[in-house]
Amino acid sequence: MSGAASDLIRRGAPQGCRPFERYLLTQSAFAGLRDALAQEPTLALLSLWAEPSAIHAVFLDEGAERPALLLASCLASDQKYPALSPVRPGAVRFERAIRDLWGLSAEGGVDLRPWLDHGRWPVQAPLSAKPSRDPVPPLQPEFLPIEGEGWHQIPVGPVHAGVIEPGHFRFTVQGETVVRLEQLLGYTHKGTLSLMVGKSPRAAARFAARLSGDTTVAHALAFALAAETATGTQPPPRAVLLRATMLELERIANHLNDWGFICNDAAFAYPHARCGELREGVLRANAAAFGHRLMMDVVIPGGLSVDLAPGGEAPILAALAAAESEIAPLTTIYETHASLQDRVVGTGILKPDLAARFAAGGHVGRASGRGFDARCALPHAPYDAMTFATPVLTEGDVDARVRVRIAEVKESIRIVRALLAALEPGEVHQPLPQKGGEGIAVVEGFRGEIVTWMALDDGGIIRAVFPRDPSWLQWPLLEAAIEGNIVADFPLCNKSFNCSYSGVDL
Amino acid sequence: MLWPRLGKRLFGRPVTDAAPAPPDAVVQALAERLEATARARLGRSLAIREVDAGSCNGCELEVNAMAGVLYDMERFGLRIVASPRHADVLLVTGPVTRNMREALERTRACTPEPCWIVAAGDCAVDGGVFKGSYGVDSGVASVLPVDLVIPGCPPTPLALLEGLLSLLEAQDAPKPRATPAA
Ligand code: SF4
Repeated sequence: MSGAASDLIRRGAPQGCRPFERYLLTQSAFAGLRDALAQEPTLALLSLWAEPSAIHAVFLDEGAERPALLLASCLASDQKYPALSPVRPGAVRFERAIRDLWGLSAEGGVDLRPWLDHGRWPVQAPLSAKPSRDPVPPLQPEFLPIEGEGWHQIPVGPVHAGVIEPGHFRFTVQGETVVRLEQLLGYTHKGTLSLMVGKSPRAAARFAARLSGDTTVAHALAFALAAETATGTQPPPRAVLLRATMLELERIANHLNDWGFICNDAAFAYPHARCGELREGVLRANAAAFGHRLMMDVVIPGGLSVDLAPGGEAPILAALAAAESEIAPLTTIYETHASLQDRVVGTGILKPDLAARFAAGGHVGRASGRGFDARCALPHAPYDAMTFATPVLTEGDVDARVRVRIAEVKESIRIVRALLAALEPGEVHQPLPQKGGEGIAVVEGFRGEIVTWMALDDGGIIRAVFPRDPSWLQWPLLEAAIEGNIVADFPLCNKSFNCSYSGVDL
Repeated sequence: MLWPRLGKRLFGRPVTDAAPAPPDAVVQALAERLEATARARLGRSLAIREVDAGSCNGCELEVNAMAGVLYDMERFGLRIVASPRHADVLLVTGPVTRNMREALERTRACTPEPCWIVAAGDCAVDGGVFKGSYGVDSGVASVLPVDLVIPGCPPTPLALLEGLLSLLEAQDAPKPRATPAA
């Protein structure tokens, strides 16, 4: 791959990150990235985070035949670094979060308002070298100015009407039509990164598993793979197959859940009830096979904390058979009820060019023409030896996001059966050596790709870590997708995205 | 396609699981608490407002499962409502992040008396794994008086249901004998 920006990055000093290299750039070279990135639109920004005195960015070359990641870093000087948000809109929330957590500000950034810090913590810049303990008054959120006539605002949250996570949505409405949605998140900020740093990967894995409970397996797996890559550890083959089995079971359960909830948000209860029952079947099978309904804390660095229970395949296969036999009739019901189709078709359209500009992953990207699936594009074992179909649609509406999910459930059922059939007896854990290193891993969770980077010091203790949930790049697109829709369709749009709050609030 | 399936379900056996029995000790303790605080008793039905005070969303998954067809909490008169103003119970999850603390307090202020406060999940019990972080308080009890804790990470739908059923049972329980002063 080559291009103005990727060439510029590769001229930096290699830092030894595996399996994709990280290059340290001078501040002026990093500032030059801004122009270079404008000339190389296929170099997508996937993640941006900091350490007390440096910032790191992950790019994906989407133009290349064999996609690869490229990492670029630069040291901050005077607590500042050159912003990327003028050329990569997805950088905005990262830059706001970096300011709040590490106290580094993005010079030339397009939006410098606080994000995670609501003025409620006992410290400021908690992850910086010298966090300040000067008390500050709670911050009043600032929203973008509104111009024009006949508008009013509807503030929603942080406590929502449904059983969902907390966040604030500020709708600006003309008549019934939403002209702007602005999100304010950070309400579930638990300081998770500060709890992970300074621990061994084994001890910090329980935080990775609790970044976002619905995608606990995917986060734990990305975390484990990053630690294993950093230390050059090879998990046993049985663990590799079982991890992928769990990842797919998690995808099946969540997609079924979302499908049901989307129908329910259109006041169509039957699919909700049925999907709920099928999903519950999968969760009970998880409990029987792995001892936990959500399979929390089962994936750990080096392999698994528990093996598949004896006879654990049977409940899994039974739950999958039940789901499989119901998908076709449920799809027919979904397709043939005008009252439901009327709500989902043409609602909440995310245009393909926007999805591409933000490098949106998962069902959000794949329903809007961006086919990236980390299991195919950047596969880890066992996906490197498998073939499967990735559904891609271009309509970009709620319906397309539902259809992508349905197609993925079918593929995942097939994948789980193949994985279980290939299972051989053996060990499921290989302890990590206590040594230093730096690694990055990409895992396709049910929402999209999770990108976790980790740096270990010589004693094998986490010096810095950043798990990037796919929702970072999807949340801002929900703001775009709802524009021009009626307020009453927001729950549908929101559920069709189903972004994680906790995963991005950290 | 839908009507024949609905019809079949109508004549088939319900898929709902059998009801769990709430543990006697918990019911008794709650009844005593009710007596001690001289609260007005609620009826055989409870309106529940769930408040996520910064959970990882695992607890929400299980609360939603409890509302699904297999656990079917509504058959017991347990109903999730959209506003705290309609609620008898605040079911709180998460360690109470500092960013959610005020919202939780204000939600409580909106809830009419009498009001049960339930802390669901290890995080809500005492901050769980997040205890000690700059971003969280140490569980619901550090902000509001808690009547019932339901541990688990996350608590299973069955555990949640048992907990909520003990609240119902406690309303009905015969007046506990005078307890020795603590
Ligand atoms: S108790 Fe467990 S599942 Fe519930 S919010 Fe806390 S970490 Fe998540």
